[in-house]
Amino acid sequence: MTETAAGVVQSVDWLAIAPPTIAALVALVVLVADLFTDDSRKAVLGWISVTGLALAALSLLPLLDGHRSTFCRTGRSSVCSYTADHFALVIQFLVLGGALLAALLSVSMLRDARSGGARRARGGGRGDAGTDGARPAQGAGPDGVRNAAVGSLGGARNTAGGPAVPDGEFWFLLLSSAAGAALLPAARDLATLVVALEVASLPAFALVGLKRGDRRSAEAALKFFLSSVTATAVTLLGASFVYAATGSLYLTEIAGRLPHVDGQLHTLARAGVILTLVGFAFKTAAVPFHFWVPDTYVGAPLPVAAYLSVVGKAVGFSGLILVTVIAFPSYAHVWGPALAVLAALTMTAGNAAALRQQPTRAYSAVRLLAWSSVGQAGYLLVPIAAAGSADDPEHAVGSTVAYALMYAVVNLGAFAVAALVARSSPLNRIDDYRGLYARRPLTALLLAFFLLCLAGLPPGVIGLFAKVTVFSSAVGAGLGWLAVLMAVNVVIALYYYLHWTALLFRAPRTDARPRSDGPAPAVPGPAAPGTTAPAVPVPLTAALVLTAVLALALSGAPQLVLRFSTAGLF
Amino acid sequence: MIDISPSVMQALLALIVAGPLLGAATALLPPPPGLKGASPEQAVLRHGVTVTGAVLVAAVVLALGFDHDHPSTMQATTDVNWIPALDVRIHLGIDGISLPLLVLTALLTFLCALHSYAKPPQGPSAPPPRAFVALLLLLEGGTLASFAVLDLLLFFLAFETVLIPMYFLIARWGGEGRRAAAWRFILYTLLGSVVMLLGLLLVGLRAHTFDMVALATDNGRGLSTSVQVIAVLAIGLGLAVKSPMWPLHSWLPDAHTAAPTVGSVLLAGVLLKMGTYGFVRIVLPIAPDGLHTFAPYLAALAVAGIIYGSLACLALALPSAGRRPSSGRFAPRPPTGARGDLKRLIAYSSVGHMGFVLLGIATMTPTGVNGALFANVAHGLITGLLFFLVGAVKDRTGSTDLDTLAQDAGAALYGRAPRLGGLLAFGAVASLGLPGLAGFWGEMLAMFGAFRPADGLSRPAYLTYLALAGLGTLLTAAYLLIVVRRVCMGPGRLEGTGAGAAGGGPAPVLAELPDVRAHEFAAWTPLVALTVLAGLWPAALLGLTNPAVQQLLAGGPK
Repeated sequence: MTETAAGVVQSVDWLAIAPPTIAALVALVVLVADLFTDDSRKAVLGWISVTGLALAALSLLPLLDGHRSTFCRTGRSSVCSYTADHFALVIQFLVLGGALLAALLSVSMLRDARSGGARRARGGGRGDAGTDGARPAQGAGPDGVRNAAVGSLGGARNTAGGPAVPDGEFWFLLLSSAAGAALLPAARDLATLVVALEVASLPAFALVGLKRGDRRSAEAALKFFLSSVTATAVTLLGASFVYAATGSLYLTEIAGRLPHVDGQLHTLARAGVILTLVGFAFKTAAVPFHFWVPDTYVGAPLPVAAYLSVVGKAVGFSGLILVTVIAFPSYAHVWGPALAVLAALTMTAGNAAALRQQPTRAYSAVRLLAWSSVGQAGYLLVPIAAAGSADDPEHAVGSTVAYALMYAVVNLGAFAVAALVARSSPLNRIDDYRGLYARRPLTALLLAFFLLCLAGLPPGVIGLFAKVTVFSSAVGAGLGWLAVLMAVNVVIALYYYLHWTALLFRAPRTDARPRSDGPAPAVPGPAAPGTTAPAVPVPLTAALVLTAVLALALSGAPQLVLRFSTAGLF
Repeated sequence: MIDISPSVMQALLALIVAGPLLGAATALLPPPPGLKGASPEQAVLRHGVTVTGAVLVAAVVLALGFDHDHPSTMQATTDVNWIPALDVRIHLGIDGISLPLLVLTALLTFLCALHSYAKPPQGPSAPPPRAFVALLLLLEGGTLASFAVLDLLLFFLAFETVLIPMYFLIARWGGEGRRAAAWRFILYTLLGSVVMLLGLLLVGLRAHTFDMVALATDNGRGLSTSVQVIAVLAIGLGLAVKSPMWPLHSWLPDAHTAAPTVGSVLLAGVLLKMGTYGFVRIVLPIAPDGLHTFAPYLAALAVAGIIYGSLACLALALPSAGRRPSSGRFAPRPPTGARGDLKRLIAYSSVGHMGFVLLGIATMTPTGVNGALFANVAHGLITGLLFFLVGAVKDRTGSTDLDTLAQDAGAALYGRAPRLGGLLAFGAVASLGLPGLAGFWGEMLAMFGAFRPADGLSRPAYLTYLALAGLGTLLTAAYLLIVVRRVCMGPGRLEGTGAGAAGGGPAPVLAELPDVRAHEFAAWTPLVALTVLAGLWPAALLGLTNPAVQQLLAGGPK
């Protein structure tokens, strides 16, 4: 009896699953604690969440040897559902770190929203200020700068009599999504993968639509939700095809059985392989699954957009890597070219669209970051595509991991600066960054550095070398055409990144009309015109400093991330 | 010449590469107490002079300590592992090929810093000089690094480092049309250099090393001919854009015309050399078979560049046909694209001169490559001087347009500013290759190499190129002499020369111009002296390059 029980009831390696578990537990803690905190002390929730994410990231430390796995099949310890190998650890670190930085940005956003909401409640805001985001700021009046990524949060629904973004729910959703995203890279069977994908995505829809009463936010959430659900459904279909063809859900078993699939099931298996990729390609925002990106980023609160651009992408490409390299290596001739074409389309479409952004349009900064993140997704896909024809696919995908780490740091840094600028210029146009150097020299230099890292030009050394590894994976796999196309794309991308960078150092506009950061509804405390920029809240500063230090350290010692491009991760 | 221990040499080279970068970073910080100077602007410009001066001193000491008996060996080498994942090593070293370029870069940048100190950079919307100095130093660091590194990926990094500073130098301190010119410069060169990266990666991945010395020693034996052909095509494209080779030169005239004086000097004097240096250092020894395939085409394009450059210059130098004599003393500059712009003319002449360099490389003979390297340095000295001079003319007259300057009869610089006019004439005749000055030897040797190209290259084709290049020298002489006649000569007030601004004579035809000032004199004298020295004593330079070139062609440095 006990023997049977021991055979059925598995022993769980709690240490191995600590990272996603801690995140999930803290999510519940926050949800419960929300009930017992009064409105004036909601900030505590934010700090609990930040601490929780930091703890989850720290819990990776004991796992560093990378040999733990749990939830294995009885009797066969090599077939497991959860494996904390080096790949899983790196991606978990990336996900939790990214969520931590996004949480830091959120802390100050929520605080601004609260104070803004309080002010508005006193002043009696205008509830009907419309959704015309392109309207110049000065027409909107002191209280009416609406729909801004940050500024509108407070006053969107004064009738509700409180902050428009509910703190407890916000933190719960963010942590749940992070837990799902941390689970995904360690998942080693298709069911767990899909579940993790959903756990990471479902809270994200709610996060995007969390700005109560904001029509743009709701629309973005709906768009995001519908297209994501479709993609996940297709993935499920694909997974079921694969299951039907191979009779297993475990990735390693699928890999072993796919080459020996019955002749008549070949078409089924092939269709299953392709369809499975769809859901992950969607999360990566690969063309043609990218349409949700710009509207979602603009509609979502800025920290959520930052979160999606880094953690959402990490979910997508780590899932792609797992299914392609671990589960379907025998179908490399199918997914390799498919992903290569996908990468080519994605980078070209993203960069071309980013090129067309009007700097004077409302939210153009976020829009540009959104489209550029689509372009960057294309670069991320290149090594995975190269893995299809490389001798050693597990090494090739290391370039994606290295690139993603670089991208996460500098992109979150750029978003942090955007969040900072959004505090004074809620419309967040690229034009609002003109002359930033004169107002905040250090911030401007940092943004310039982040943008040049994204562009891959010195002094953004880490960006350059990350691109070099991606190029080198493509050249090594003989994908010359893709490498040349990527080269052209790098040049296109430089145009808009450098354009933005150059704008930072221009002389500020000298015309008489008040700049949109004059009235500054969301800025706590008096922002006297003519004096230096208002003080930056501590969490935002922390996020900026963290990303800046990381990016600079990586530029000095690129080996820190680039070593993943050669080390075997699995 | 003097004995310096290897570790000191090592430290010197490391200082030369890292110093400007550190200087660029510190330029952004507020000046330390005690070094504040008269104003922050003055302090930061002085900082630029100090750093570039220190680098120049280090470079000169390095050149003195260089073992001139063994110029083909890599000296002052450092080899540190930096990014093992990509096999990138911080491998520095100099030999007879890179040493002259290193010293030239340090010298020109120092002179530019000196020039800016005396005459702070200005522009329509110019930001404070702090940014200028930081960018100048970053640019210097990038160029010096690209001549000192011996690792393909590090070379690429250095190659890319110069783009951003040069972009901002043109876009923020430039003249008319600066923004478009800056964009064209950076997009063009970036496209070229990214394609070059693909070629470098192909070489490195196939040969399993990115080390230039190892690859050069291997001399292409580890690479199949088809790989070499693709690699040369890709790498050559990037280098050819930078060099620039006709027909990929079209970014150059605009960039030069729009750039501030300092930017033009560095662009012509230093940046273009990175392209030709890459050909000699990377393409020639690492993929000889591939270059062998492309050499005739390279030579043909080089000669086309020579002819095209000189014809373009001739068209610019001649008075424009539809020009009516204007009554005003200095007619306002035509709104768009002044036809006879002097800076533009020198830019096109650079296309021609770099054509000689490329022709020399394309012969794949020691003579030709030596000529190419000599012409490289000579062009840096002479064109740097010419851009300084044209900048001075612009400061004085407010224009660089030949038609505006010369009016109908000539600008008469000899009469109005005799020293300036004399120097301009000196620069022009040095540029056209007068024997006894630096411009002569390089072009002569390059053409000499074309007379007997390497085995396997079609001799009749090269003889044709030789003839055409010879025609090019004639055309060059023609347009430069026209420029001298139109700018330096003319109905000036000859009796008022020498003594200068006595100002009491008969009504002058053209206003007196201030002659060469002290700081200008200081900036130009070294260039003039070196031009004469290199012309009279070419062995000093050839003695350095020749053994190294022989080694490269035969199988790399040891």
